[in-house]
Amino acid sequence: MLNFSLFKKKKTSRQDAGARAGLGILVFEHTSEVIRAEKLLRSEGWDIKVMGPPPEIRTGCDLVVRFPLIEQLNILRLLEGARIHPQQVVPVTGPLLKPVDLFQVKDFGDFLMVRAANMKLTIEKRTQKIVNISGGGCPDVPYLAYEMVGKTLSESPRPLDIGHTLCGYALGLAFEEMQKQCSVL
Amino acid sequence: MLGIVGTVPDLSLNLTVGRVSLEADKILIQGRPVPVNRGTPALIGAALQTLAVFGKSELTAFLAGDTGLGQGSRKIYHHLVHEDLAPEIQTLVFHYLQPDVDWHNRVLFKLAEMENRPVLIADAGFMYAAKMSGQAGSYDLFTPDAGELAFLADETAPHPFYTRGFILHTDNRVPDLVRRAYEHENAARYLLVKGSRDYIMDETGLLSSVEGPSTEAMEAIGGTGDTLTGIVSALIGIGMKIPEAALAAARINRLAGLAAAPTPATQIMDIIAQIPAAVETILKEAP
Repeated sequence: MLNFSLFKKKKTSRQDAGARAGLGILVFEHTSEVIRAEKLLRSEGWDIKVMGPPPEIRTGCDLVVRFPLIEQLNILRLLEGARIHPQQVVPVTGPLLKPVDLFQVKDFGDFLMVRAANMKLTIEKRTQKIVNISGGGCPDVPYLAYEMVGKTLSESPRPLDIGHTLCGYALGLAFEEMQKQCSVL
Repeated sequence: MLGIVGTVPDLSLNLTVGRVSLEADKILIQGRPVPVNRGTPALIGAALQTLAVFGKSELTAFLAGDTGLGQGSRKIYHHLVHEDLAPEIQTLVFHYLQPDVDWHNRVLFKLAEMENRPVLIADAGFMYAAKMSGQAGSYDLFTPDAGELAFLADETAPHPFYTRGFILHTDNRVPDLVRRAYEHENAARYLLVKGSRDYIMDETGLLSSVEGPSTEAMEAIGGTGDTLTGIVSALIGIGMKIPEAALAAARINRLAGLAAAPTPATQIMDIIAQIPAAVETILKEAP
């Protein structure tokens, strides 16, 4: 699997790089879920590690799964397909960190823009057609724009279904917020 | 010569290294057309349009197809680590690449071995990796937007998605966030911060800023940041000093945007088409 080769090569250097190397942890309610997740993720070739949780987040079970953070969306999708649901997903760099949950909505008159984290989604109000996607820096952003721009919100694929990175995840949140905004237009 | 490294959302494009030209709304690399809609092709299109004003067209691109799983990015990283960079490439821009600290470090170490290292510019995913690696100071220019600046300023965030709310808050002033980014060594030698006002800054503070002409719809248009990075890279590539190039590029990008009379539905190629005239106007005004 492609992702396997990317992360398998770098065990030593990633660990050496420590907290800044872009690692995340999956927190589960029960150890059995950790084991199921570990088995599934390893069978798919992901370079993950089962570890003890940091003290700040010992609200779940006593094990967490460490994983490459940039692949969060892919890994969560795989787990969801197997009906394995983590309680929390947090970066190793700071257990108290949370994903961005601030949305900024800008009304351009005929157009409406929603921003989530570093991603912006703009639609034409009358048709609910997606007219632009901007922001982000991961390679699935141009891909998502190619798949979504020109389609209505109901026609468009969901970024959470076809995106692969945290930028894709952020666009997914913007997409869902836009759906909410449009429901009251 | 200018070198540009990035990806395109087409998995059928294998690693391709070579000269690029602009033909209508596509870039051509090794005879293969790639649509200019946003991302690295938009950056390349803007750079080529800028170079053309100076009678230049030489630009080497390092491209591969990638849709977010990192396939093409890894091919590019591997190439850069295992092949020597052509010495005529004196300005190198890193753009839409899967953020990967390990590969980033290997590329940077390879470049550090060069006798005459090129000017290094980073934006988008590669800038994320540069910050995560703790090696941001090795770069000459970052071109973040306001949200990405907040990420650079947040010493704990491994990706813009995890930027803490109190830093991301819009009440924060750009100069304060820049100062914080430098305090934690998460900024390049120069920063060109794209936004409602563009800021050119370094560790000493504000060097210049541009707030007009202002076209509100530009914020919604995918690729306007890419064009700004393309313009500034081309100007640096022809020998302008970074602060002057950044100031001129900010003005050129805004003027090109204004000339396109954009709405939030405008596509980036409409703005790229206006770049040559904007370059000529701004350079005529220059002292």
